[in-house]
Amino acid sequence: MTMIFGVPLAVFMGQLLLGLINGAFYALLSLGLAVIFGLLKIVNFAHGAMYMLGAFATLLGMRYLGINYWAALLLAPLVVGLFGMLIERVLLRRIGHLDHLYGLLLTFGLALIFEGSLVNIFGVSGARYPTPEVLQGGYQTGFMFLPKYRAWVLIAALGVCLFTWFMIERTRLGAYLRAGTENPALMQAFGVNVPLLITLTYGFGVALAAFAGVLAAPLYPVSPTMGSNLLIVVFAVVVIGGMGSILGAIVTGLTMGLIEGLTKVYYPEAANTVIFLVMILVLLLRPAGLFGKEA
Amino acid sequence: MTFIKKTLASSIAIAAAMAMATSAQAEISDGEVRIGYLADMSGTYRDLAGPGGLEALRMAVEDFGGSVNGAAIEIFSADDRNSADVGASTVREWYDTRNVDLVAGLVATSVVVAATRVIEENNGLGIVSGAAASAMTNEYCTANHIHWVYDTYPLANGTARAVVEQGGDSWFMLTADYAFGHSLEADLTKVVEENGGEVVGGVRHPFPTDDFSSFILQAQGSGAKIIGLANAGADTVNAINTASQFGVVEAGQQLAGLVVFLNDVHAMGLDATQGLLLTTGWYWDMDDESREWAERYYERVGTMPGMVHAGIYSSTMHYLNTVEELGSDDPVEVRAAMAKKPVNDFFSRNGYIREDGRMVHDMYLARVKSPEESTGEWDLYEILTTIPADEAFRPLSESQCKLIN
Repeated sequence: MTMIFGVPLAVFMGQLLLGLINGAFYALLSLGLAVIFGLLKIVNFAHGAMYMLGAFATLLGMRYLGINYWAALLLAPLVVGLFGMLIERVLLRRIGHLDHLYGLLLTFGLALIFEGSLVNIFGVSGARYPTPEVLQGGYQTGFMFLPKYRAWVLIAALGVCLFTWFMIERTRLGAYLRAGTENPALMQAFGVNVPLLITLTYGFGVALAAFAGVLAAPLYPVSPTMGSNLLIVVFAVVVIGGMGSILGAIVTGLTMGLIEGLTKVYYPEAANTVIFLVMILVLLLRPAGLFGKEA
Repeated sequence: MTFIKKTLASSIAIAAAMAMATSAQAEISDGEVRIGYLADMSGTYRDLAGPGGLEALRMAVEDFGGSVNGAAIEIFSADDRNSADVGASTVREWYDTRNVDLVAGLVATSVVVAATRVIEENNGLGIVSGAAASAMTNEYCTANHIHWVYDTYPLANGTARAVVEQGGDSWFMLTADYAFGHSLEADLTKVVEENGGEVVGGVRHPFPTDDFSSFILQAQGSGAKIIGLANAGADTVNAINTASQFGVVEAGQQLAGLVVFLNDVHAMGLDATQGLLLTTGWYWDMDDESREWAERYYERVGTMPGMVHAGIYSSTMHYLNTVEELGSDDPVEVRAAMAKKPVNDFFSRNGYIREDGRMVHDMYLARVKSPEESTGEWDLYEILTTIPADEAFRPLSESQCKLIN
C-alpha cells in the first residue's frame, strides 16, 4: 500500500476530495462576501446569518409549506435575496457615505438580531434536514465511498461560482456594476440607475450565501448559530484571497479547503485553526491578499 | 463595678457568646439555602442537562417543600457556554457576592475541572451531575465535590466489554480533543485491551465539530470492525449522522456510542440507532417508581428525562434531606453527612458516596430498540443487564485520588 507521509494513498485521495468539496463551499460563501465588499465596499458581517437564513428557509419551507429541496434551491436564495435588498434599501444606504466601520457594525448588529431571535424560537440544537432521495447513497470510487450529495455540492457550488465570475467580469451588466462602483456619479450621468444596481448587487451577494445555506441543510445540523461559526473562517478566506478580488475568493476558497482537509489527516487538532495561520502569514508577507489589487 | 460583678458580667458575656456561636454553627448561613445551577444552556450539551436539569432541580426543591427548617431555598442559574473561563468566573462570583451553598449541574468536563478548583478554594460543595470524565474522582478529585450520575469508567466497561465479547475486537477511536475525550479514550483502550481486543487507530477531532466527513473517512480507511465514539452530545449525533451518509454500517463496520443520552437517540431516530449498545445510569421506563417521576417531569418539560435530569433531582433531594437533618448548610459538614446515608431512590439503587466523592450505584447495559419493537415516541431502550454498583465504577485500589492516598 503506497503511503504518503504515513497515510495510505486511498485515505489521502479521499481527504483531498473532501477538502475540495469543503473548499467549493468556502469559495461560494467568500464569493458573496467578495462581491459585496469588492463592489459595494460594505463589510457584510451579516453574511453568515444570511447563509443560516437560507438553510432555515429550506427547512421551514419543507416543514410548513411542503416545498421540496429542488424548489428550495431556487426559492430560498430568492426570498433571502429580496430580504437582503430590503435591508440595503432601508438601512445600509443611509450609511453608505460613512466610514466602512459603520457598515460592519450595522451588519454585525443585524446578524446578532437574526441569530438571537431564532435561538429564542428554535433553541440551539440543530434540526435535521433529510437528503433528497435521488441524491442518497454514493459512489464507490475505488479509493473512497463518495456520497452522491457531496458530489452534487461540489458541482453546484463550483458551477454557481464560475457563473458569477463570468457575469461580473465578462458581461455588460457586470461592466456597469464595476464602473458604477468606481465612479457612481459618472455612471449616473450616463443614465444608469446606480442605486438600483447597488441594491440588486447586495441582494445577489446575499442570495449566494443563502444558496450555500440550502446546499448545507442536508449536510450539517440546521441551527441558528451555524452561520457564526462559519463566517469567521470565510472572512479569513476573503482576507487571504484579497478583499476585492472575485477570482481570488474562488481560488482561495478551494485552496483553503484543501489545506484544511490535509490538516485533518496529519494533525487534526489544528484543523480549526490552520486557515487563520495562513491568514497571518499572508497578512505579514502580502497584506493586500494573494490576488488583491489595492492595499 | 466591683470585682465580683465584673467577673460575673464577663462570665455571662462569654457564656452567651459561646451559646450564640454554637447555635450559629447549627444554623443555615444567611438564613437561606442557596443553590447555583451551572450548565451549558445553549450549546453542544444543552439537551442532556441544560434547562431540563434546572427544572428537575426546581421539582426537587418544590417536592421538598420549598424551605429547610424555615429557611427559604433560593435557586439561580447561569449558562457556562462550555467555557472553563466563564464557568470558573461565574462560580467565583457566586461565592464572592451571593454566598452560594451548593453548586449543581456542572456538565462539560473542562468547565467542571475549573469550577471544582474554585469550589475547593472556597471550601464549598459541588455536586457534579453532567460531566462524564472518570478523572473527576481520580486525578481531579477534591474534598469539596461529589460526582453523582455516571462517568466514563462504567460506560467504557459496560458497553466496550459487551461489544468486544460479541466479536468487535478491533477498534478505531474517534475522540473529542479535550479532557473528557482523552479520559474516555484512556478508559476505553484499557477495557478493549483487557478483554482481548486491539485499538488499531484513532483520531482526535476539535470540540465541537459539525463536519465529521474527514474523520469518518479515516475511520473507514483503518479497517477496524468498531468505530468507538469517544465524544458526547451534538458531536456524537453528528458523527453518527455523517457515518450513515458515508454508508459505514452498510459497509460492515459498527458504531459504539460510549456517551449516548436518551435525547440523542430520540433526535437521531431509531432507524439510525437501532441495535446500538449503550450503558446508562437510569432509564425512565425501567420500573414503576421511575415511570411515575418521569411522567411528572414530562408534564413540565415536554420531553422525557434522561439519567442526568433524574440524577439532578436525586442529588438535590439527598442534599436537602441532609441539610434538614443536620440543621446546617455548612458545606464540609453536609458533605460528610451525605456520605453517611445510602442513596436509594427512584434514580439510584444500592447507592452510596465513597471517600473519593464518587456516588456509586447500579448501572444498566441497554440496547436501542428497533422501530418495529418500539411502541411509543419515547419507548427507546431495552435494558439487558444490571451492572452492580460495586463492580461498575473504578475500584479505589486503582485510584489516583489524593483523598485516598
